[in-house]
Amino acid sequence: MLGTINFPILTWITFLPILGILIVLLVPNGKDEKGQELSKNIIRWVSLGITFLQLVLAFVIYFNFNPALTGVNDIKTFQFVEKLSWINAHLPMVGDIKIEYFLGLDGLSVPMILLTAIICFIAVFPSFGINKAVKGYFAMYLLLDLGMMGVFCALDFFLFYLFWELMLLPMYFLIGIWGGPRKEYAAIKFFIYTLVGSVFMLLVMIGLYHSTGSFNIIEMMNGHNFRPDSIFGGLNTTIRYTAFMGLFIGFAIKVPAFPFHTWLPDAHVEAPTPISVILAGVLLKMGAYGMMRIAFPIFPDAFGYFQTLIAWIGMISIVYGAFCALGQHKVGKRDFKKLIAYSSVSHMGLVLLGMASMRPEGMVGAIFQMFNHGIITAMLFMIVGVIYDRAHTRGLDDFGGLAKKMPVYTGIMAIAFFAAIGLPGMSGFISEVLVFLGAFQSYPVLTVISGLSIILGAAYMLWALQKIFFGAIPEKWQGPWDPTHTKYKTDDVNMLEKVALIPLAIIILFLGVYPNPILNLMTGSVNQFIELMRPFVYIGGSLVGM
Amino acid sequence: MMDTSHITADLIKSMGMFLPETTLIVTFLLTMIFDMVSKKSKQIAFYTAMVGLIITGIFLFQQTGLSYKGFANLLVIDSYGQFFKFIILISSILVIIFSYFSDELQSAHSKLGEYYTLIIGMTFGMFLLVGSSNLIMIYVSIEIMSISSYILAGYTKEVKRASEASLKYVIFGAVSSGIMIYGISILFGLTGSLNLFEINQFLSSNKVDTLPLLLGGLMILSGFGYKISAVPFHFWTPDVYEGAPITITAYLSVASKAAGFAVMMRYFKTAFYGPIIGSADAWNLLGNIDWHYVIAVLAVLTMTLGNLGALWQDNMKRMLAYSSIAHAGYLLMAVSVMNDNGVSAVLIYFFFYMLMNLGAFFVVQLISNKLKSENSEDYSGLGYRSPVLAVCLVVFLISLTGLPPTAGFIGKLYVFTAVLKSGYVWLAIVGVLNSVVSLYYYVKVIRNMYLRDVDSKESKLVYSPVTIAIVLMLAIPTLLFGMFFTPIVDWANYSAHIFLGN
Repeated sequence: MLGTINFPILTWITFLPILGILIVLLVPNGKDEKGQELSKNIIRWVSLGITFLQLVLAFVIYFNFNPALTGVNDIKTFQFVEKLSWINAHLPMVGDIKIEYFLGLDGLSVPMILLTAIICFIAVFPSFGINKAVKGYFAMYLLLDLGMMGVFCALDFFLFYLFWELMLLPMYFLIGIWGGPRKEYAAIKFFIYTLVGSVFMLLVMIGLYHSTGSFNIIEMMNGHNFRPDSIFGGLNTTIRYTAFMGLFIGFAIKVPAFPFHTWLPDAHVEAPTPISVILAGVLLKMGAYGMMRIAFPIFPDAFGYFQTLIAWIGMISIVYGAFCALGQHKVGKRDFKKLIAYSSVSHMGLVLLGMASMRPEGMVGAIFQMFNHGIITAMLFMIVGVIYDRAHTRGLDDFGGLAKKMPVYTGIMAIAFFAAIGLPGMSGFISEVLVFLGAFQSYPVLTVISGLSIILGAAYMLWALQKIFFGAIPEKWQGPWDPTHTKYKTDDVNMLEKVALIPLAIIILFLGVYPNPILNLMTGSVNQFIELMRPFVYIGGSLVGM
Repeated sequence: MMDTSHITADLIKSMGMFLPETTLIVTFLLTMIFDMVSKKSKQIAFYTAMVGLIITGIFLFQQTGLSYKGFANLLVIDSYGQFFKFIILISSILVIIFSYFSDELQSAHSKLGEYYTLIIGMTFGMFLLVGSSNLIMIYVSIEIMSISSYILAGYTKEVKRASEASLKYVIFGAVSSGIMIYGISILFGLTGSLNLFEINQFLSSNKVDTLPLLLGGLMILSGFGYKISAVPFHFWTPDVYEGAPITITAYLSVASKAAGFAVMMRYFKTAFYGPIIGSADAWNLLGNIDWHYVIAVLAVLTMTLGNLGALWQDNMKRMLAYSSIAHAGYLLMAVSVMNDNGVSAVLIYFFFYMLMNLGAFFVVQLISNKLKSENSEDYSGLGYRSPVLAVCLVVFLISLTGLPPTAGFIGKLYVFTAVLKSGYVWLAIVGVLNSVVSLYYYVKVIRNMYLRDVDSKESKLVYSPVTIAIVLMLAIPTLLFGMFFTPIVDWANYSAHIFLGN
């Protein structure tokens, strides 16, 4: 295993989409003899190729990554590091502004890189169905891809912020142009919510810069680098608590945690299938990742102060999200996508609870849950996309008895649903158990309450499964989806959909039985992380703590 | 008998330092004369003005590094002034180029001789204003630039709203300069001098009554506030910006604001800065008045009202007018810090603001040439009808919002850096929340261009390569400076030291 390879692999994996964007934009608009637009297919395959290359690079990273080197707050044990001076502006009074192009990976980020590469590649398949302004769509798609990769690679706060904000505009367009009926509302809501979060991050970033004289995230984790008289100097000051809260809210909006989650159902319902997949699969993880990478280790004292609050927010998100998802069965409009969106709130609450526990099991569980949730929810959204493409509705009441009509589809969907519930043998089970194991030691009561939500999860998932697949098939879907057989030759999932769905199902089943390939990546880093936080946090062990 | 020899020597030396301004006067006259003499060429005034401005730029460049008080301390030449003069000069050149492509101007008037002449005159007034270190000089320069701008605002006199704009501008201008001159008289009465350096000396060695000083100071501030359209002196802005030709709106929103900010900061630093403690973190203010808070309150009011006003606008010019009020608010935030960091931040912000705001106005002008509309509702589907222009407008608007990776973000970054560095956390929070509000109305335009009428069957808008190239010349730096901003920051930082005459 080579910890350091002489190839700027992180630059490549991050900026490969630029190459894709250039090709996509330069493809001329032409039609062949049959009037088919050639350029559309070229653009689609180029995008697939670029994301496939990213996936290959992600696996190269995976196999060359040395889990024994822990990273987190130790600059020397980061891997694949690229560090260049980027901006060096002299301001004698402020101190020179030095921004570095600083990329590197540790056990916290490698699973995310892998997840991003997988999801971005898989989500190209449902994108093949996009027919409106294909060129713009894939250019935006690849730009989004670039931003996400960059966020997980960046170790310089300025660079991180740049990538973080870079995703806003493509996402706005992707929801706003290719979305559903209320796309304008959903797109601007997403934009404004996220921007509110990130402007606070901007202020904290500037404050941190004044305090440490650098944008280097790793250096900010070391209390000695803070000038004692600076704004964030010292420990347990009000301004540090405020700054932590600013960062936390910024990231919590992205997670999204209760009570900042209201943009998510709207965004998911209106976004086209592949964008829902990316949103749930990767974007939400960036919030939790930001907490792990920035908010918690830079302000460990403030984390200690708010630890219980964060655990409570996690618990409330879990229970509230589950109830909202369940509520989708009662109100008039029973929307399949909304159900999954709320289940995401619930499942991401688990991540918060796991992190708040500050136990190794809980942390590992939280990161693994991020990975699993990414894969499982991506699958769920694609499954919704499959029937939406055919029936043009997502109303749960509109379906029934599809098991006879689409057997393969039913099988795939069952795997995804059971994984979402957390059935043993599926990857979701492992991460949930780990989170609860960790959280129980720190916050037993909250954990028990959260654990009950599993029952709610089973209830809404199984209810939806039953509604769609069993019972009598509604009259209007008795015949084939597409009587002319031009678009859909068979009633069941087609080849393209299988190619996208089956690998995800395999990942879920494989990791459910043998989770070590992912868990091994992060255990070292998580232990290092806990060591860093230990002096400041409450770590349970007795049953007294809430 | 007074010995006048040293005055003469001063005058002769000062004239040497006065080359850029002299060039402007010569250009002013030549533009007028050539336009009258030449019957054939319609565009002779345009070329004369351009050549004159470029020569001015060369002379201005030669003044790099100079610090000099001339004309019996009426004018100061320093790198701070040079920075602002460059901003004014570049805006003038760009606006003259914009005017060349403006249908609104070119079709209505057979000749634009006076138009270009007046722009040169206004540039001259602003150059003087930037360098003024005497209250009367400040007043006279403001009048020189104002009178030119009153006429320019109503230049398309056959348009009703232009005449209205011009009249409104004159009335508000007259009132505010009246208040200003009254303030000057109070300050003169208190300190016995009109010269900013002498006022400073007087204030630092004598105790002055706070109330009249505050009153006089506020009255003078209202004159500057009018120029930079700060709340509550902003009422003229939306109407004038909407009524005036787009080119002039663009010019007022950048150059005239730059001159206003330049003189305001010079006035504060030169007159109210205590030389005893030379701390960079805060200027030691004289006269027991905390100008920080006065300006901070103005800043909060300005950006909040500007942004809230812009939310409801459909007319692009009116929307950009309110947005320029909001930007004045962000800039005032940096001024309120009252230290050299704040000055650098204003300079940096201004340079980027010039690029993005002029760019946005030029695109609006080009679109209005074709669509005959400035209403953002008519922009629907524009992203598909005119891809390049629409993408450039997106860049400008995103930059105005202050999102990375654009120059506007870097401007905001430095403003907030200066504010936070001085410990005004509340002010910074108000500032960032304001930029979230601003997102809504900027994105509204983007929404109309891209999210509406996606399958527009309307014909494509065709523009000449030259105009597209000019737009790109503004859009590409807006993006590039968002990623590599070192040169501008270095330049601004070098220019941030206002010459205090020592």
